[in-house]
Amino acid sequence: MVKSLKTRRDVLKSGALAGAGLATPVIFTGSSASAFTNEPTGATVTLGFNVPQTGPYADEGADELRAYELAVEHLNGGGDGGMISTFSSKTLDGTGILGKKVEYVTGDTQTKTDAARASARSMIEKDGAIMITGGSSSGPAIAVQALCQEAGVIFMAGLTHSNDTTGKDKKANGFRHFFNGYMSGAALAPVLAARYGADRVAYHLTADYTWGWTQEESIAAATEALGWSTIDKVRTPLASTDFSSYIAPVLNSGADVLILNHYGGNMVNSLTNAVEFGLREKEVNGRAFEIVVPLYSRLMAAGAGENVKGILGSTNWHWSLQDQGSKAFVQSFGTKYGFPPSQAAHTVYCQTLLYADAVNRAGSFNPCAVVEALEGFEFDGLGNGPTLYRAEDHQCFKDVLVVQGKENPENAFDLLEVVEITPVEQVTYDPEHPMFAGGALGECNPGA
Amino acid sequence: MDAILLQILNGLDKGSAYALIALGLTLIFGTLGVVNFAHGALFMLGAFCAVTLQRILTFSFETVDDSRTDFLGNPLKVETPYVEAWFGPQTGGAIIDWSVPLAILFAIPVMISIGFAMERGLIRHFYKRPHADQILVTFGLAIVLQEIVKYFFGANPIPTPAPESFRGALDFGILLGFDPNVIIYPYWRLVYFLFAMTIIGGVFAFLRYTTFGMVVRAGMADRETVGLLGIDIDRRFTVMFGIAAAVAGLAGVMYTPINAPNYHMGMDFLVLSFVVVVVGGMGSLPGAVLAGFLLGILESFASMNEVKAILPGIDQIIIYLVAIIILLTRPRGLMGRRGVMEE
Repeated sequence: MVKSLKTRRDVLKSGALAGAGLATPVIFTGSSASAFTNEPTGATVTLGFNVPQTGPYADEGADELRAYELAVEHLNGGGDGGMISTFSSKTLDGTGILGKKVEYVTGDTQTKTDAARASARSMIEKDGAIMITGGSSSGPAIAVQALCQEAGVIFMAGLTHSNDTTGKDKKANGFRHFFNGYMSGAALAPVLAARYGADRVAYHLTADYTWGWTQEESIAAATEALGWSTIDKVRTPLASTDFSSYIAPVLNSGADVLILNHYGGNMVNSLTNAVEFGLREKEVNGRAFEIVVPLYSRLMAAGAGENVKGILGSTNWHWSLQDQGSKAFVQSFGTKYGFPPSQAAHTVYCQTLLYADAVNRAGSFNPCAVVEALEGFEFDGLGNGPTLYRAEDHQCFKDVLVVQGKENPENAFDLLEVVEITPVEQVTYDPEHPMFAGGALGECNPGA
Repeated sequence: MDAILLQILNGLDKGSAYALIALGLTLIFGTLGVVNFAHGALFMLGAFCAVTLQRILTFSFETVDDSRTDFLGNPLKVETPYVEAWFGPQTGGAIIDWSVPLAILFAIPVMISIGFAMERGLIRHFYKRPHADQILVTFGLAIVLQEIVKYFFGANPIPTPAPESFRGALDFGILLGFDPNVIIYPYWRLVYFLFAMTIIGGVFAFLRYTTFGMVVRAGMADRETVGLLGIDIDRRFTVMFGIAAAVAGLAGVMYTPINAPNYHMGMDFLVLSFVVVVVGGMGSLPGAVLAGFLLGILESFASMNEVKAILPGIDQIIIYLVAIIILLTRPRGLMGRRGVMEE
């Protein structure tokens, strides 16, 4: 009698291994034929634009999509070329990326983490996207960045301002051109101290999620370093629409500055409520009460109407800048769409060009080669002055704009005026700064 | 003390909105027996009536001003509203400034028509269907309506300020003997509260003192018997649907200066308003109003720092917590009647 070599335990073990193998998503396995995930083999290459097409940030998403389409047009040699002509790196020649015509697919993040991941996954698995870019909120951006790391594709972040995106949640395959909460604080605090005095008492109202927390921490630290004190930090639910019950306690708190760490609809409503409760006419200790909105968006400032006039904040870019890159982009975008681009549009346009250029310089679509090309890359001509893609955390370092709601707008788009361009040295921080510590880039993942 | 008074005042305007929406919901439920999840969308449509009127009043013609340039360096196209051209800048400007109160006149016929169309076109086909079907179809309708609004007006909030003379705030504290600037209440919120009380009083008076209202109340109590007396109760109920839609719409119109309207504002209020109806008691009109104000004020208290220091996050769950407590202790709600939703 021949005794079977397999025991019941062996069978279970091998079954479990086989099951795990089958359960591994197709994007994490790859075939032996390609060296990395979604290696382009034909005459075209596909990029995945993952933006909010529905939900509260849909208008920003729409503007991002316009900029992406413009970038693709320019990469393929169409239009006036936009910022390609002003970009300091000269590898882009209108013949696509590495000679392959650029095509794109779009996904809808709905400004929701799970929806953003699902649409990114679909673009990678079904459409063969080699790179994912987009986002208009930090929650989805961080989630999609982690997915791209696992899947082995590059993620070029869109509008995401949380410190965590290139802080504790940074990933080797992820890159951010947009500025962050720390930079807003570092740029804004000296202007606030100069304008309003160095002994102010601040009260924070903060949207209760990753972006709000890191911005609150950043602004409080930067203002306190200049002599301000923080009397209270109140978290408000993201779903809030009426902030009156949060604004009312500010009146008698002893604070003389209200800092609104709110974005989008939250910002419009909280600012409107604050103005409605007479905070802007109020005097505390003989000084005028002030309101600050650390992260401004022109698209959303429009929603707050008259209430933004005179209010200070920061922004990544503004269409009124007069450098050659900004002028070329505004000309190109404005001619095609009839209105100037938003900062969201600007950052995603830059990200697309930066990715394409990195591939050209690397001579390969391999994510690890692209990572190598982008790390420590110094460039100019994209509207923010000389910029560095820092190798340690994949964050861009460039000048930051301090802006103010314009008192006498000349047209519907003329809502903000630049009051100071804060030099990059003032907003640069150590990669191990406590606000950014706790994560690691890890190794780049080519997927296959 | 001043902080408590301030939060009571704050709760009043939020409570007014809850009460107005819940009143309409209860009217529809009490008359037609339909659970209308599209009611929040009616509130939103009302707000967009104000936006639409504002757009109509600021409808402009273009003139080219060669002395100025636009963002691309081309000659600037200056837009002048027709209203200002016809009536002069001062009168025209005043008409535009008063667009929100004027929108009340615009919204009443529009909202009643929308209410009729909704009831006749869709909801009446679901009278005899289970409540689950009604919820699904009305919720679907709400999504369709908000997507339509988003298509035409975009996703961002649209500023619709109150008239110049109502901007700013009343120093309530001085009236009550407090120091100046301690208890501040914006004028428009006061207007909203008084407006809500007028509408609520009007609806109650209509139901109480008119023959039409008497028939409707009789129909709510016993639809079959009223029908047997030869009264076309269905037609009266359709009118009530129109009135409920108008109430929600007017609540929306007047709310626009408080929160710049966006396509999603109806959904933000809908769930809370349903909780209000349940807490007040299904089918009870005074219950809906009472619970609306009660929950509005409790919500304001819950967002006080002193309260949040003891119970973190209480501001996010207070309404649901109260609903659970009320339903455990008084399953029919504060003023619910026996037999409603209990068959």
